[in-house]
Amino acid sequence: MASPASVSAASPSRPASVSAAPPSRDATRHVAIAGNPNCGKSTIFNALTGLRQKVGNYPGVTVEKKTGRFFGSHGEPMELLDLPGSYSLQVRSPDEAVARDVLLGRQIDTARPDIIICVVDASNLERNLYLVAQMLELNIPVVVALNMVDVAEKNGVVIDVMALREKLGVPVIPMVATKGVGLIELRQAVSRSPLPPPSICAQMPIVLEREVMALARQLPVAHEVARGEALLLLTLHDAALDAVTHHDTAIIAATRAAQQRLLTAGIDPLSAPVDARYDWIGRICAAAHHHGDSHHAASLSDRLDSWLTHRVWGWVAFLGMMALMFFCIFTVAQVPMDWIKDGADALANWVGNHLPAGDLRGLLTDGVIAGVGGVVVFLPQILILYFFLGILEDTGYMARAAFIMDRLMSKAGLHGKSFIPMLSSFACAIPGIMATRTIENRKDRLVTILVAPLMSCSARLPVYSLMIAVLIPGHSALQKAGIMLCMYLLGAVVAFAMAWLFKKKLLKGETPMLLLEMPPYRMPSWKGVALRMWERSGLFLRRAGTVILALSILLWAMATYPKPSDPQAPPAEALAQSLAGRMGHAIEPVIAPLGFDWKIGIGLIGSFAAREVFVGTMSIVYSVESKDKEDIEPLRNVMLGEKRANGLPVFTPLVCIGLMVFYVLAMQCISTVAIVRRETNSWRWPLFQIAYMTALAWIGAFLVYQGGRLLGFQ
Amino acid sequence: MTTELNESLSSLPLGQKGRVLGFALPGEHRQRLLEMGLTVGAQFEVVRFAPMGDPIDIKVRGYHLSLRKNEAAGVLVARL
Repeated sequence: MASPASVSAASPSRPASVSAAPPSRDATRHVAIAGNPNCGKSTIFNALTGLRQKVGNYPGVTVEKKTGRFFGSHGEPMELLDLPGSYSLQVRSPDEAVARDVLLGRQIDTARPDIIICVVDASNLERNLYLVAQMLELNIPVVVALNMVDVAEKNGVVIDVMALREKLGVPVIPMVATKGVGLIELRQAVSRSPLPPPSICAQMPIVLEREVMALARQLPVAHEVARGEALLLLTLHDAALDAVTHHDTAIIAATRAAQQRLLTAGIDPLSAPVDARYDWIGRICAAAHHHGDSHHAASLSDRLDSWLTHRVWGWVAFLGMMALMFFCIFTVAQVPMDWIKDGADALANWVGNHLPAGDLRGLLTDGVIAGVGGVVVFLPQILILYFFLGILEDTGYMARAAFIMDRLMSKAGLHGKSFIPMLSSFACAIPGIMATRTIENRKDRLVTILVAPLMSCSARLPVYSLMIAVLIPGHSALQKAGIMLCMYLLGAVVAFAMAWLFKKKLLKGETPMLLLEMPPYRMPSWKGVALRMWERSGLFLRRAGTVILALSILLWAMATYPKPSDPQAPPAEALAQSLAGRMGHAIEPVIAPLGFDWKIGIGLIGSFAAREVFVGTMSIVYSVESKDKEDIEPLRNVMLGEKRANGLPVFTPLVCIGLMVFYVLAMQCISTVAIVRRETNSWRWPLFQIAYMTALAWIGAFLVYQGGRLLGFQ
Repeated sequence: MTTELNESLSSLPLGQKGRVLGFALPGEHRQRLLEMGLTVGAQFEVVRFAPMGDPIDIKVRGYHLSLRKNEAAGVLVARL
């Protein structure tokens, strides 16, 4: 087969041998949709598939696989695959690697697409065409979706679609995806049969082309992908070439030899193809891209930025926005959270009234309902968090947040993109850790994941509230808020310190490069935001809910069995007899230096799976019967009166503070462990995380208790 | 143009326009900047600095790109 590159860019003639469409494997046509980040790719994907979407994972990696079904212009079913947004096939992130592997047909479980829809932002044509240039080298039919032509027009840019079509040699569909303009034409274009593969692409220097073809012949891959694969291999830099695992050493050696020959010939394999593509794009733009007066709309975004990234007002706006987000997460969400809590309590009561007392009733009310309720109760916060993150992302402010925060983050060896995951972790570490996927550098992503659970999540709130109530029984709300703030600050400071330490010692590596596109401000797409909230919350419920349910049942069993010999024993005694109670006793020597007794030990063990369980466990330990679980006053009063064997109170100020510090620093969340396991693809990192955070928590509480006593406090 | 050969992108003042002459960066970083459109000969403008002075936001090929001073120091430019 003739290679696309053997045809000059100037003559759009097609070699006869490639005119037939590739034989399809089954009746359904596989369509992949690709494009740069911020080009409106998701909008087109959503518009084509509606709610017929499926979100899963690619096997072995944690990159999301989004597919959906849609119908061609004659009603024929088609499968649409949403490829992760990428700037180039020369990959930098796991996301981009998946896009490349799918297109080269080497992604397991995913068919090589029959056709690519390459979405291009018309208002940013030159840079967006770079990915198109690479797509055209892959020997797969391409349809260019020229999106946001309205924005381009407003910016005074006129694109000659006919000229673009002719220069690219593939169908070009002008679109305004947010308004549905061009969707029918796009459907028609991908329904056409047969679909010829591209006939034009950027012409490489002749010496380079010769090496590419020579290497392509050695590759043990299908004929139609050989050239694309060879070109990608030849343009890999040294470290990336070392990391290649899907080719044997002979191929790598041949690649290095070819690179050496090219360098001797005065051609840099890293830059020559890029230059060739941009030269080609330059010629296309000269013919099809006309700048008018670009002063108006471009300056609106610029004017906004002169405020939103201003050295004073930028901070004000940034902090204001974060404050608003957290205000909503902690206050607005409270209303539906109360409904859920009340609902779960009502359900537990109903079950309690309709079932005879016994293990089954205990399992259902204390294990299943309490466990599932404990997860679902965070749903409102997660929804609000994703609502804000969706809007920040859609409007383009997210890039500004990274821009503003980068300098601070870089002091800990991280970059601006780590900021959003850490911020999200204040609500819940799970969405925070899932948000690390945008971080390209593997080590940076890992460090962010490792420290994210140190940020005080909302599950710690009930524990803080209880301990603050015990610490200062008075009603000074300001003092209480002050202590609460200190706990949040402690978590954040330790997170940054640990990130710095990990970057310095554990995951050494050069400071990653920051390359951040600052897209123009846009109105958010409400439909897109709503879809994302729906999708993410479902993911949260499935991933966290299943683990929490299992663990709740396990913990219930640990707190119930073995049963005391006397079936009439009060609950506190039964708990002391149970496995959890015995474990509380067993760990007492370890936690005694922190000033904790075995009863607190039971609380710690009970909240290993989820921190907020602490309050409920302590109620059982101290035999506090309370109708309203929200009302911590009876429990507080009992805890205040609790005495040690020597008659001194158990909950001295130092113990209270030490216990809070322990909860700030300890990794007591089995859902987070499960997510980290998924996101890092190994047990190594979650286990390390549990170990280091538990050690930190112990040291923190030890310093508070022993240090405080040395200074003469109680 | 030849008189300013040693100037780097990080030393340019706000609002300065320039043209890329070459790179003093490791291959990986150089390739990324190239792919983002900062090729040799590409024209750009320094649009703004982040509130803490770093990173730098430049306009190149009609869009905004931010990079740290650290890397910008390896981009050799000529003022226009």
